Amino acid sequence: MAKNKFGFSIHHDRQHNLDTADRNLYNRIALVEPSIQRCIFCGGCASTCTASKFTDLSFRLVSLNLRRGYIDEVKEMVARCMLCGKCTMVCPRDVNIRHLMVLLKKEFSENEF
Amino acid sequence: MIELKGKERIWEKYQKEIPLDRYYYARSCIRQNFWPGSETTFIKILEEELGKTILDEEHHTTCSGIAYHCDVIPQETTMTIVARQFSLMCESGYEHFVPSCITSFGIYTEILETWNEHPEVEEKIKRMLMEATGREFRKPKFLVHPSDVIYALRFDILKKAKYRLVNAKTGEPLKCVEHVGCHYAKMFPDKGVGGAEFPRVLMGMIEAWGGEVVDYPERRTCCGFGFRQYMVQANRGYSIACTKRKFDSMEPYKPDLIVTNCPGCPFFLDRWQYVIAEMEGKVYTEDGYGIPVLTYEELAGIVLGYNPWELGLQMHQVSVEPLLKKIGFEYDPLDKFKVGNQTILTLPEAPGVLKV
Amino acid sequence: MEETKKHVLIVGAGIAGLEAATHLEELGYKVSIIEKQQVTGGHVKNWFKTFPYFDASEAIINFAERSLSKFDVYNETQLTYAERNDNGFKVNTDKNKQFQADAILLTPGFKVFDAHKKEEYGYGIFQHVITNADLEKYFRNGWPERDNKNLRFGFIHCVGSRDAKSGNLYCSKVCCATAVKQAIEVRQHFPDSEVYCFYMDLRMFGKNYEEMFQAAQEKHGINFVRARLSEVNQNFDNTLLIKVEDTLTSRPMKLTLDYIVLMSGMEPAENAAQLSQIFGVPTDESGFFAPEKYLVSENNTVSEGVFVAGTATGPKTITETINDARSAALAIHHYLSHSRIPTEHGKE
Repeated sequence: MAKNKFGFSIHHDRQHNLDTADRNLYNRIALVEPSIQRCIFCGGCASTCTASKFTDLSFRLVSLNLRRGYIDEVKEMVARCMLCGKCTMVCPRDVNIRHLMVLLKKEFSENEF
Repeated sequence: MIELKGKERIWEKYQKEIPLDRYYYARSCIRQNFWPGSETTFIKILEEELGKTILDEEHHTTCSGIAYHCDVIPQETTMTIVARQFSLMCESGYEHFVPSCITSFGIYTEILETWNEHPEVEEKIKRMLMEATGREFRKPKFLVHPSDVIYALRFDILKKAKYRLVNAKTGEPLKCVEHVGCHYAKMFPDKGVGGAEFPRVLMGMIEAWGGEVVDYPERRTCCGFGFRQYMVQANRGYSIACTKRKFDSMEPYKPDLIVTNCPGCPFFLDRWQYVIAEMEGKVYTEDGYGIPVLTYEELAGIVLGYNPWELGLQMHQVSVEPLLKKIGFEYDPLDKFKVGNQTILTLPEAPGVLKV
Repeated sequence: MEETKKHVLIVGAGIAGLEAATHLEELGYKVSIIEKQQVTGGHVKNWFKTFPYFDASEAIINFAERSLSKFDVYNETQLTYAERNDNGFKVNTDKNKQFQADAILLTPGFKVFDAHKKEEYGYGIFQHVITNADLEKYFRNGWPERDNKNLRFGFIHCVGSRDAKSGNLYCSKVCCATAVKQAIEVRQHFPDSEVYCFYMDLRMFGKNYEEMFQAAQEKHGINFVRARLSEVNQNFDNTLLIKVEDTLTSRPMKLTLDYIVLMSGMEPAENAAQLSQIFGVPTDESGFFAPEKYLVSENNTVSEGVFVAGTATGPKTITETINDARSAALAIHHYLSHSRIPTEHGKE
């Protein structure tokens, strides 16, 4: 094993390559609920979110991660959402966040990622 | 061509005055181990080929850069050691200080700038040096790196050159990657020829001697030497990952060689190719030998036709012979493992993946 | 006996100088303008469309030049010297034309930041790295020859502004709105393109700017990434590779682009320092003219009889420039007609 021979292994490169990011999920979601396109990542949703106090959930990050192709992180967070609707009430850009969450939950339960 | 005109504009901005004679040479502590032929070649070129005066004497010490960069000694200690080096230079009657290592060059530049902005620190170091050694010192009139000197004298070297950086069979210029040490210009861009973004010092040499310079996206990236993390074995994964980024980025350009002007950088660029080959089976050239890495003195020596085994090329992990064959260099392969006239008894073990 | 009209000399025939001239002429003054370029219209005449309504710049120029025939414009003329005398100012130019003026209005405008100075962005070094000013030329005169399928554009905000390394700490104000406008125009011109805007902040301060931004996201599919560009490199196939910090996900990011548009900011005009010296008008740390009193009296200067307007005092939108020019015309009128409006409450 390389690690035993040299005592270390080559570090993983964390610079994200946007050229190869998979935006298919984002594009599919945006077709059904176009309001996600006007998100400005202000974080109003995340700050009022019930689940964010006890878990990692932040729709701000979901919105960003979908665009960057970080699907695993999205899947993790979406599972925590209780659909309470507080985020949708505060969004200054009128993004229908609750609908987006429902769509995402459906995607993850029906499709392999 | 858009590229050259734009770069020339920047080079005009970053001109540096380089003295052409009478150098006080401060050798490097580690370069002499990694690349034994380089410093002697520098002195040989200057004295025998170009008739310059260069003083190489035994009283100077390490600049203590490694200890300073590893946070083992405080800056004042390094400054006092540097002050002693300057004192030796003045004592021998020289004003042009030429440190062999690029980290040294960075340290000397940093210290001179500190003394410029904070004269009280210089006063303190004067006192400390007097207490410790009874010596006095003056700052050098010029502080230049030996690669600056070779850059300034590159056309004089060209006049005596036996070979060019050109493929002997096809006549095409060799594709050369140049890697300038971080401490050369990144800290003080106006202290480097060509500034920090597009340094000219190695490019000038390559172009003068017939080669073509390759500009690839990770050109400016540090090789990852750094000192402090590298000293601990478990942290080397971080260092090797930096160098690997550079290799992955330069691969599509199919370079024929890499030239550097630092002691640590060629060490990494050369040895890590072996490690990456063992760990991942990846070699960065199609012929399976790897990309040869040279210091600028070795490059000058090759161009001048010196015996490669006196240049120390047998100490390289990645074989330099394919490059020598490409430029039509005549050498005796049997001399590679000789010391004096005797062949050494045990030959080194061949690497697993890299061809030799 | 007919009273001779008082004479106002205006330096710079951009929209500020032209608008001030229009009103001063109507108020009964003789007006002369000297202009270093071959034609009037300053920078605005080089642009294509304006934000946020996408009105043509040509329409703005037509508006500014509506009274052009009523005053004298001296093109390709530069001011070389001026001194006070009993009747106001004597002014020399490089064309052997001299003026005697009762008041001076300085409207030399601005200069676009020279993007060559940002070496790491590769302007003038890598092909297809252009500035916002270059892009307006493409909109007006056509695009250079290249394979125009699926082009990827990156707009880089804050080039030469808010940047200690460029020597300009101030915000150039209008570049964010310009970037959004240009991004929309690019998407309209190349419907299969992908467009990114890389910003530190998005300054959508004016009327309808925020709505334009929202339309850019929803209607035109432009990607807004809060990120700072560190360096531009060239790939093996001559496309451009950029490295940014994607601040909202806290990760470094790289991507390949076909065009990079650097939003170069507004700097003081090239002759601002010279005019400042000749007329005794001080400049602020950034080199823009400093008015007599910020906030409430920004057309008067400490130098009596010398007035300033337009982007010469700092970055402005077209509307702000036109309003500022009108305000300057009124200030000059008050000065020349010995108005009794006090400068402060309770003072005569």
